[in-house]
Amino acid sequence: MNDMSKRLGQYGLIVLVHLGVVLIWHIAIKVSEIPDYVMPTPGATLMSLGEDYGWWHNTVITGMEVYGGYGLAIVVGVAMALIFNWFRPVETMLMPLMVSLNMIPKVALGPLFIVWFSYGVGSNILISFSICLLPILLTMERGLKEVDPDLIDLVRTLNASRWQIFIKIQLPGALPYLFSGMKVATVLSVAGAIVGEFIASEEGLGYLMMQVQVTMDTAAMFMGVLLITLIGVILYFFVLLLEYFVVGKTNAVN
Amino acid sequence: MSQPFIHLSEVRKTFKSKKEEFLAVSEVTFDVEVGELISIVGPSGCGKTTVLKILAGIHSYEGGTVRVGNDEQTFNPSKDIGMVFQQPLLLKWRKILDNVMLPAEILGLPRKEALDRARYLLDMVGLHGFEDKYPNELSGGMQQRTSIARALVHDPKLILMDEPFGALDALTREKMNLELLRIWEESKKTILFVTHGIQEAVFLGSRVIVLTSGPARMADNLLIDLPYPRTLDMKTHEAFGKFTRHIYKHMGMN
Ligand SMILES: Nc1ncnc2c1ncn2[C@@H]1O[C@H](COP(=O)(O)OP(=O)(O)OP(=O)(O)O)[C@@H](O)[C@H]1O
Ligand SMILES: [Mg+2]
Repeated sequence: MNDMSKRLGQYGLIVLVHLGVVLIWHIAIKVSEIPDYVMPTPGATLMSLGEDYGWWHNTVITGMEVYGGYGLAIVVGVAMALIFNWFRPVETMLMPLMVSLNMIPKVALGPLFIVWFSYGVGSNILISFSICLLPILLTMERGLKEVDPDLIDLVRTLNASRWQIFIKIQLPGALPYLFSGMKVATVLSVAGAIVGEFIASEEGLGYLMMQVQVTMDTAAMFMGVLLITLIGVILYFFVLLLEYFVVGKTNAVN
Repeated sequence: MSQPFIHLSEVRKTFKSKKEEFLAVSEVTFDVEVGELISIVGPSGCGKTTVLKILAGIHSYEGGTVRVGNDEQTFNPSKDIGMVFQQPLLLKWRKILDNVMLPAEILGLPRKEALDRARYLLDMVGLHGFEDKYPNELSGGMQQRTSIARALVHDPKLILMDEPFGALDALTREKMNLELLRIWEESKKTILFVTHGIQEAVFLGSRVIVLTSGPARMADNLLIDLPYPRTLDMKTHEAFGKFTRHIYKHMGMN
């Protein structure tokens, strides 16, 4: 009961702070008389949704790229981490490579992807995927290793199978690590998709922003940023929710 | 003449790394009868843990004989060993009861009976009412009691304890010693108890195995003919001091 009202209070505060920022934004522009094409008011930003920019379609496209690349990175990243963990020679061979690959600024690969796969949703998913993959792979790989060797010895005395060790000890122990990687990757996946749209594309919010930039429709650009952020926030929120249900409060990394 | 329950004779163990061989245990010989509580002491790094892990079947050994089980009490290495380490090694995402259940799950024991036994054991170690707590909600001593209950849940014939109270404060440690004696008398298990504490070794054991500094050899196999049940004021008895002094001398401290 008390816990519940505390929780509600926290959410209330979050909403309040955000609304406060919008209010300050509005007042600051009214007072300073900054022209609309430099910085629109919140109201003007919202009004831009009335323009015929294909908001809905472009948001759906960008959403597909972000969530597609992110989802793919989780599937592939987790699978690779498992393979690395089960086949140590593969890990010894490939892990240093992965660490090097991690250092490549993935957005710099954008133009190459577009040369290789032509532009469109598919290559933007790939850019988003490539940027998310390594944090997910590396955290999961690390998590699978974080088992006390004494605990392994203890269950070995019980003749535990490799599968039992994995499913009862390794995997639940690795999940908090995976989630920390997944949280980092949310921001990255949004950035990856938008960069792809900036470089070359015919749809999506990044594309739309490049279009309205030409006509100096700052309000629409603001709206673009807001929608992109919203896509990221929804993803992050979903990850937090999933973490809460899968990992719970007791199994956090820190 | 019947054979002893545990028979170690001239056991020798080398750890091999790429470059060198390291002799960890050079010659350890002792017998343990069914239902005995034996303490093992020796300087740090002398090979106590290694001896326990050889008995548990975790480590191989190069020379000598290791035999557990006799006509009176058969021994199945994958079912009849319970281990307790210095750290409780609890799974933080499992409730206390589920932590105790781990060996039963791995061995595939009938769930209902195992649950009853786990509850009974938690009662016995004084954790009634904590079944649904998570490990991080318990003190260090309570966590260690949980790990003792876990070591007993599959009703093993041999309990191996490696400095189980080493991480506890002095007062908790004394309490745990008394608890252990009570649990031992109640459960009639054979227990091997490794410790740094000479007082603790004498207070608990019907015999104390003293090992030399590494590579471990037998320094002594000392019969402690103090009667059970042991009480704290026995520690002030003349005989108790005689035993501890004798062991200190072996360790080169007078
Ligand atoms: N897996 C291993 N590989 C190589 N050397 C090892 C291994 N395990 C232990 N040793 C070495 O064997 C020796 C004995 O180790 P062990 O852990 O048995 O000592 P111990 O008596 O339990 O010490 P402590 O009282 O500090 O716990 C040490 O010198 C240690 O470095
Ligand atoms: Mg040790």
